Amino acid sequence: MTPCRVNVKRWQAEMIHSLFVINHLGDIFLEKHWKSVISRSVCDYFFEAREKAVDPENVPPVLQTPHHYLISIYRGKLFFLSVIQTEVPPLFVIEFLHRVADTFQDYFGECSESVISDNVVIVYELLEEMLDNGFPLATESNVLKEMIRPPNILRSVVNTLTGGSNVGETLPQGQLSNIPWRRAGVKYTNNEAYFDVTEEIDAIVDKSGTTVSAEIQGVIEACVKLSGMPDLTMSFMNPRLLDDVSFHPCVRFRRWESERVLSFIPPDGNFTLMTYHISSQNLVAIPVYVKQSISFFEAGSCGRLDITIGPKQTMGKTVEDLKVTVHMPKAVLNANLTASQGNYTYDFTTKLLVWDIGKLNPQKLPNLRGSLSMQTGVPNPEENPSLNIDLKIQQLAISGLKVSRLDMYGETYKPFKGVKYVTKAGKFQVRT
Amino acid sequence: MTAMQKLLQLPVNAVNMVKTVQSQVQGQEEDKSPVLTPDSGQQAWYSALQPDELRHLRSGGTGGGGGGDQEERAPLEEGGGGGGGGFQTQPLRHDDLKEMLDSNKDSLKLEAMKRIVAMIARGKNASDLFPAVVKNVACKNIEVKKLVYVYLVRYAEEQQDLALLSISTFQRGLKDPNQLIRASALRVLSSIRVTIIVPIMMLAIKEAASDMSPYVRKTAAHAIPKLYSLDPEQKDQLIEVIEKLLADKTTLVAGSVVMAFEEVCPERIDLIHKNYRKLCNLLIDVEEWGQVVIINMLTRYARTQFLNPNINESLLEEGGSGDKTFYGSDEDEDEDEEEKEKKAEAAAMAKRKPYVMDPDHRLLLRNTKPLLQSRNAAVVMAVAQLYFHLAPKAEVGVIAKALVRLLRSHSEVQYVVLQNVATMSIKRRGMFEPYLKSFYIRSTDPTQIKVLKLEVLTNLANETNISTILREFQTYIKSMDKDFVAATIQAIGRCATNISEVRDTCLNGLVQLLSNRDELVVAESVVVIKKLLQMQPEKHSDIIKHMAKLTDNIQVPMARASILWLIGEYCEHVPKIAPDVLRKMAKSFTNEEDIVKLQIINLAAKLYLTNSKQTKLLTQYVLNLAKYDQNYDIRDRARFIRQLIVPTEKSGALSKYAKKLFLALKPAPVLESPFKDRDHFQLGSLSHLLNAKAGGYQELPDWPEAAPDPSVRNVEVFTLLERVTTLTSVPEWTKCSSREKRKEKKVEKPFYTDSEGESGPTESADSESDSASGSESSSGSEESGSGSESEESKEASESEEEEEEEEEEQKKKKKKDLKKPVQESESEQSSEEEERKHQRKSKPRKSESESESDEDEESESESSQSESEDSESEAEVKKKKKTAESKPPPKPLKKESKKEKKEMSLLDLDDFEPAPSPQVTPVNTFLSNSLVTDLEGLSLSDSVLSPATIAPSSALKSYELLHRITGEGLSVEYCFSRQPFSPDANMVAVQMQFTNSASSDTKNLHIEDVKLQSGMRVKEFPEIELLPAGETATAVMGIDFCDSTQAANFQLCTHTRKFFVSIQPPVGELMRPVFLTENEFKKEQGQLMGMNEITEKLTLDVKCRNEHAIVQRVTTAANLSRVPCGSDKECSPPVPPPDYPVHRFAGRTVTSGSLVLVTVATKEEGAAQLTVNCEKMVIGTMLVKDILQALTQ
Repeated sequence: MTPCRVNVKRWQAEMIHSLFVINHLGDIFLEKHWKSVISRSVCDYFFEAREKAVDPENVPPVLQTPHHYLISIYRGKLFFLSVIQTEVPPLFVIEFLHRVADTFQDYFGECSESVISDNVVIVYELLEEMLDNGFPLATESNVLKEMIRPPNILRSVVNTLTGGSNVGETLPQGQLSNIPWRRAGVKYTNNEAYFDVTEEIDAIVDKSGTTVSAEIQGVIEACVKLSGMPDLTMSFMNPRLLDDVSFHPCVRFRRWESERVLSFIPPDGNFTLMTYHISSQNLVAIPVYVKQSISFFEAGSCGRLDITIGPKQTMGKTVEDLKVTVHMPKAVLNANLTASQGNYTYDFTTKLLVWDIGKLNPQKLPNLRGSLSMQTGVPNPEENPSLNIDLKIQQLAISGLKVSRLDMYGETYKPFKGVKYVTKAGKFQVRT
Repeated sequence: MTAMQKLLQLPVNAVNMVKTVQSQVQGQEEDKSPVLTPDSGQQAWYSALQPDELRHLRSGGTGGGGGGDQEERAPLEEGGGGGGGGFQTQPLRHDDLKEMLDSNKDSLKLEAMKRIVAMIARGKNASDLFPAVVKNVACKNIEVKKLVYVYLVRYAEEQQDLALLSISTFQRGLKDPNQLIRASALRVLSSIRVTIIVPIMMLAIKEAASDMSPYVRKTAAHAIPKLYSLDPEQKDQLIEVIEKLLADKTTLVAGSVVMAFEEVCPERIDLIHKNYRKLCNLLIDVEEWGQVVIINMLTRYARTQFLNPNINESLLEEGGSGDKTFYGSDEDEDEDEEEKEKKAEAAAMAKRKPYVMDPDHRLLLRNTKPLLQSRNAAVVMAVAQLYFHLAPKAEVGVIAKALVRLLRSHSEVQYVVLQNVATMSIKRRGMFEPYLKSFYIRSTDPTQIKVLKLEVLTNLANETNISTILREFQTYIKSMDKDFVAATIQAIGRCATNISEVRDTCLNGLVQLLSNRDELVVAESVVVIKKLLQMQPEKHSDIIKHMAKLTDNIQVPMARASILWLIGEYCEHVPKIAPDVLRKMAKSFTNEEDIVKLQIINLAAKLYLTNSKQTKLLTQYVLNLAKYDQNYDIRDRARFIRQLIVPTEKSGALSKYAKKLFLALKPAPVLESPFKDRDHFQLGSLSHLLNAKAGGYQELPDWPEAAPDPSVRNVEVFTLLERVTTLTSVPEWTKCSSREKRKEKKVEKPFYTDSEGESGPTESADSESDSASGSESSSGSEESGSGSESEESKEASESEEEEEEEEEEQKKKKKKDLKKPVQESESEQSSEEEERKHQRKSKPRKSESESESDEDEESESESSQSESEDSESEAEVKKKKKTAESKPPPKPLKKESKKEKKEMSLLDLDDFEPAPSPQVTPVNTFLSNSLVTDLEGLSLSDSVLSPATIAPSSALKSYELLHRITGEGLSVEYCFSRQPFSPDANMVAVQMQFTNSASSDTKNLHIEDVKLQSGMRVKEFPEIELLPAGETATAVMGIDFCDSTQAANFQLCTHTRKFFVSIQPPVGELMRPVFLTENEFKKEQGQLMGMNEITEKLTLDVKCRNEHAIVQRVTTAANLSRVPCGSDKECSPPVPPPDYPVHRFAGRTVTSGSLVLVTVATKEEGAAQLTVNCEKMVIGTMLVKDILQALTQ
């Protein structure tokens, strides 16, 4: 046999070989190898790219080095850098790394360096369970929580006193079931199911106020605390609105295809039931309009800024948490403005002007005006900065989507059910 | 990070490479900071902490105190030692840990393990604790145990001997009654990378693969690639396990085993056949990661098994070029021509039979589609690429929506998705056009996303939307992100070249940008304008003038060079300005960048040629400056140009042509997308993203020209294998509609039933009704689906046979021939129909389900469609059967003559291609293949050769094609006769010997339904009309294997039955001997070096150390002729014959005639070296393997 393998080059067989977690200073503070150890110095290629990219967001997610490929994600000021050696769909790795970060967030409430360093053993146990030989094994948070208990203050106190452990005593039965996302034997005294329908408006509005593009991204987040094995069915008043949808694995595709209802056995606790997309072909209501003029003068090295915001299509609801963010050109040294409502800050190192307005009062429109002082001797910026708008409208799904009913089968008790709607601005940009 | 590190980058990498090659036992060293590698002369215990400490020093430069407080945040580590002097007390600390591990308190052990794991997590070395840790492997506390496992897996490789101590614990675990403990024991055991335990692992995997618990089986599947990477020698055994696990019906296992398949044996696509439908049906319930792997694998599978659904569409596209991509039209013409030819060919094929999708192909598309709704971006991408590569053009559109949705995800996901969208949008622009606005760019997008979106927008631009896109571009040009602006300008340039309507608008816009304040913008514009102007220079002399003025201001070298090139190229358009520009440039020559200098020389030369009066001195001056330049390129260029343009008596003939050389019309550059043609990589893959083949990438195969046999996917294979063997005679009811049903009936019977005695109409009726319900209940949906398929196909073939017939010329004769039998058999048909009705009644649910249930319905309706494609051959088969049955045997003569005539006419047609068709019979290649190998030993090799065939040499090895039992009395053997096949020299002659050992005669032996890889051809043997019982007949057929060892699959038909058989040639039979002298041999060998040469060392078998044995064995293994030896004194008489002779053999491959040269150089004590030189590397590699085997056994 041996001599026959003449030209056949053998590749290490695994998907994800190693994982490094790197903080924003470039320190590798966690490493995990699923196969043989790969030296840290492989990260040097990454550091080089990181340096070149200036912005951490601009580091290419996929890098090629002479012997390895580096696939990284940037989450919460941390880089999760995986080392792979062979062909693997890059999205597979990226999606997995995000899932790892999500799990950390789920376990520790946030995904930051300090939290990971504090819980390094749990993190390590999690990574061990999530990936076997580089192939994802248990990524459902319910299954993981059965095996490795998330830390809480009480338990950590008890653990230190008694030498108890984070590792669950029971074996993870969930992994064996057909519905790995749900634990068996869930019990609650108050059975409740809450659904948050959140819609985000992504829009680009041009100088003259016309909408260049607008679409809605919706998501239904659920918090389900129901005993036993409930089988839920959620139906909508107007399901045809939904252009494109994606579901949690628990949702039965076929029912959706044929009846346009969501039928599912929910995971226990918080999860994202579905996300949907309403594309630019449909008419998307834009809740606010912006009147703005930003100009820079050649002489006198100053500029003027004047922004007014008014309600447009708010469906009779109040616009809250209104905020305008402007990324000013480099030449703008300072801003001397007055706001008729709310207050503004200008950070001259990052060149970020933030105007926090709060509630939008339709009678008295908020306005921000004043002058900008510019660096002298530098030619005026040609470009005008665009405005990023943040807002929130309670009790409204801007697309008009409405949940009509939620039915439960399989269990006898009467659960408490609630649906909440919120509309937010997503990537809402006004060009100037 | 720091400049210092950068400086050291290269040596560091070099060090690493060396390190990885070295054993990894020196783990400590590896962890060391690369910058400080040189001073490693410290004590071993010290270095464990060293890297981290030193890294602080390093990061101190950029990160300030950041590193410091990280260290403080590690209380676990600091635990024993106290603060500042921590690392000096380290040995103590480790003792401390050891003590804790040795204690009998679980809490202390746990604490110790936690600290150790924390050390590992930080990349510190904890290997010296191995003995202390490994003792705890059997600890009762679950968490301690888990942490010990973590440690063990990490360090086992470095401490192999000690690691073995733990193995027994896991072996015990493998026997545990709890499935989860069994699984976890297997998981850890297989993760320990110690070669000694390979046999134990192999055993454990094999056992686990047949475990009751699917979870344990899943773990077994995970363990397979681990073992494979540890010891690839186990491949064959592992493939067996994979094969077994592939047949598993649980969703839990499916994803993992396919992953193992992809890692270990992705080339064994044949293992998928019978699991294909099951995988398709399970897919939706498999966990998401498994879905990705399965979908990717099925994409490749489908590419090898189905026909291109767009074959007709691509032709239409060719006709109406309106819908074609831009870039296509600008392509080099000859390539187009070639393609057209190909397409015309394909068109001819398509005309002959309209494309109908294989039901299995449809099944895949339909079952993957809902996964576009997955929350997992990788799954969505996998489905999208599947649709892109496999779906009919009209259906690909569905993926656009899902991909656009992914654009809202994390920026890394966006990045990958946009790359793929960019590639797709070139091929299928229409798909994304409705989503144009989703690709508009926000100022907050990261630059890499912006550039990709820009790419997509450019690809989507056409006459109708260009104005909107250009308006968008105008906004982008004002962006603060200069890299992005530069990309936008490039994009405008591309739009302008592609859409002639807006060329002038774009050009004007770009010219306006020339007055932009930002130099980079101007420079980029200049470069783009230069390219645009090349398309129509005469119209734009003012722009050239304008640009000439810019030379005073623009400093960017590339832009300056572009302007100078433009002026030089079009100096006739600006006759006044050009010399002046040269004057200025001559002045600043010494301060210019190199590319600018080169263009100055160029400009000077061109001006000298057109306007020597004004510029002669300037040119001389420039050339003189260049002559003393520091850059040798420039000096060379100057010398070269001087010789060319300045005529001297020494200058050669070329100077006459100087003008032609310099002022030739240059073709305008084509601005094309960097994503063009990237789709030859499977989309969504790493290779696609990098646009380079990544290690382990599996090529996406091209569509086959003819679909391979689809019946291989029928699932009944195994049962059939057993049952068919029991049939020893040919019962009357062979003809009944579905065979698997018959065999269903047979299950109840003991082996070797005397079917002859029992057979007859009663039984057939029996089985018919029985099986209808039997197959329904016993087997899953797939099975019943396929059952109905074969049933309906009969129906369809009957109804359509007549029209189909008329299409084919050569069939006409046959039709006449067969008309009578068709009529005769009408009564039969009606009875058949009755039977069918009966069946329908017995399963009414099934007919209902045609409108509702998804799995069954599709495959059924599809299959009835697909009939139109295949019915032609189908009909043929059918009719042959009928003739055979209805015609009484006493009058074979008349028929024979006619048959022969028909056969002749078939052979006369040069381009006759056997119509491929999906098989109805459930017998498949797998069956015959395995039988061939299984029963090789049993074969009856008392070959009585008919005088008609060429007598083969005694060395010929004969192979079993059809065993007596399988063949119901007919056995067929074949051998490669090694004689040239006279009708076609490119074919390998295969001599077949038919033996009829049944009690009844066999009639009408012939070949049908040849399934071949593209390019392969078959010349069938003439039909054998009659093979009386107990007789033997021989026939020769020719197969062109296209120099590959792909099997030729076909059906061997008798008047009653069809047998699925395949012939796979050993590589040695793919060549014919040629005579070469030693000199010729050496000369040829010299030309086939490098990649074409494969050398292997071997030890000769004891029995084969003499010359004769070697020659005999080599020539048996491969059809080669011996090259007369060097000792023949032909070429080198003075040299005495070497002590150890060298044997040389030569041949050419049959199809392509590539030389195959084999050298066996013997050395002392049976050592030898085998060298094969062959242009075809695959052939070479395989040949080495075969000869090696022949010589060593």
